[in-house]
Amino acid sequence: MKTCLVVDDSKVIRKVARHILETLDFEVREAGDGREALDSCMAATPDVVLLDWNMPVMSGMDFLRALKDSGLPQRPKVVFCTTENGMAYIRAAIEAGADEYVMKPFDRETLESKLQIVGVA
Amino acid sequence: MHFPNSTPPGSSGAMNLISALLEQRTGQQIAANRAWRIETALKPLLREKGLASLDQLVAQLVATRTGDLGDQVVDALLNQETSFFRDAAVLDMLVDATRALQAETPERKVRIWSSGCSTGQEPLSLAMLFDEGGMGEGLAAPEIVATDVSPAALTRARAGRYSQFEIQRGLPVRRMMTWFDGAGGDWAAKPELLRRIQFRQQNLTADAPPPGKFDVVLCRNVLLYFSQDVRRQVFGILASALRPGGLLVLGAGETVIGLTDQFKPCDRFRGFYRAIETSPARRSAFG
Ligand SMILES: C[S@@+](CC[C@H](N)C(=O)[O-])C[C@H]1O[C@@H](n2cnc3c(N)ncnc32)[C@H](O)[C@@H]1O
Repeated sequence: MKTCLVVDDSKVIRKVARHILETLDFEVREAGDGREALDSCMAATPDVVLLDWNMPVMSGMDFLRALKDSGLPQRPKVVFCTTENGMAYIRAAIEAGADEYVMKPFDRETLESKLQIVGVA
Repeated sequence: MHFPNSTPPGSSGAMNLISALLEQRTGQQIAANRAWRIETALKPLLREKGLASLDQLVAQLVATRTGDLGDQVVDALLNQETSFFRDAAVLDMLVDATRALQAETPERKVRIWSSGCSTGQEPLSLAMLFDEGGMGEGLAAPEIVATDVSPAALTRARAGRYSQFEIQRGLPVRRMMTWFDGAGGDWAAKPELLRRIQFRQQNLTADAPPPGKFDVVLCRNVLLYFSQDVRRQVFGILASALRPGGLLVLGAGETVIGLTDQFKPCDRFRGFYRAIETSPARRSAFG
């Protein structure tokens, strides 16, 4: 079973994502900000991280940089999942090392298709 | 069409007439157990026209006869579900096949027909793949003709504009960055991509194929709701559009087996079909 870490400061979004991911047979972990997400990755690397952009403690972009510097032997796939839907944001995220990008709001098909694209579904 | 074993919601007379209209215009049948779709699919049109029920809609259809109300009804009932890079492995194989064909006939463009192209995701996906495979421009770039019976789907395909949900289905973000621009909440295909596709209206059950012979015909997820007889007839049309030895690509779960002897499974590209060569004049690379 693949593991997905859902990183979002909104409990509701985490719940929606968890629900979809569980129907796709993922084991789901949650984090409320980038800091928690990093700790979670250091404890055990998930297969994929679903990553919000704006979060109180450590933003998605800061998390991405920290993950790069973390020295983790195996990097998880990172799928940004955010309401920042402009091309400039998308470009910045991909340049910073994200593998895919989901624009909110999203549905099951979107998430499934993006997870397939990064090779974890 | 009739509903022998079930009583559909609403007036069954109206439902029968509406499904008969769809079948007559497009060959598409609505199975009795999916009759509920008629009402759901036509709700927005009823609202737009200020009609209270399917019976009123049918009354109008009968009264006007001509006009585009019939077109609108048919459009609303067609299943136009599609996505970018649907069955991606099949499209990758198609790129390989196209490259092989191009090597065989370097003096001319390989010609590809995407039939039942819906809102354009299928031919656009092909155009992106060809570009990435070094077949984007010049003689090496295949000619792509994309057709559908639905004028509404074609209007959308020609515009190349997709909602946020549509653009995220199947399209990798890097390709989106390369080939699309943000357009007020929607996403618009760049003109240099759209330009590589010729869109035309064509009804597989009534019209001749687009002119000229094709090397490859895609007809994916279109035959599903045709009767066996209509499928047979459509295979004849598709065969007539192909060069001898040309390739037919169907959707996952669709087959020619048992329906026609104009095609046989292709040995080299598993899952594709080859038009039977009527004369041995030219041997295809696909054996
Ligand atoms: C489910 S979509 C498939 C789109 C695309 N080929 C794919 O696989 O994603 C089927 C399309 O076939 C079109 N279609 C249905 N009957 C047709 C006919 N008689 N002639 C041409 N197109 C037809 C519909 O309008 C619709 O856009």
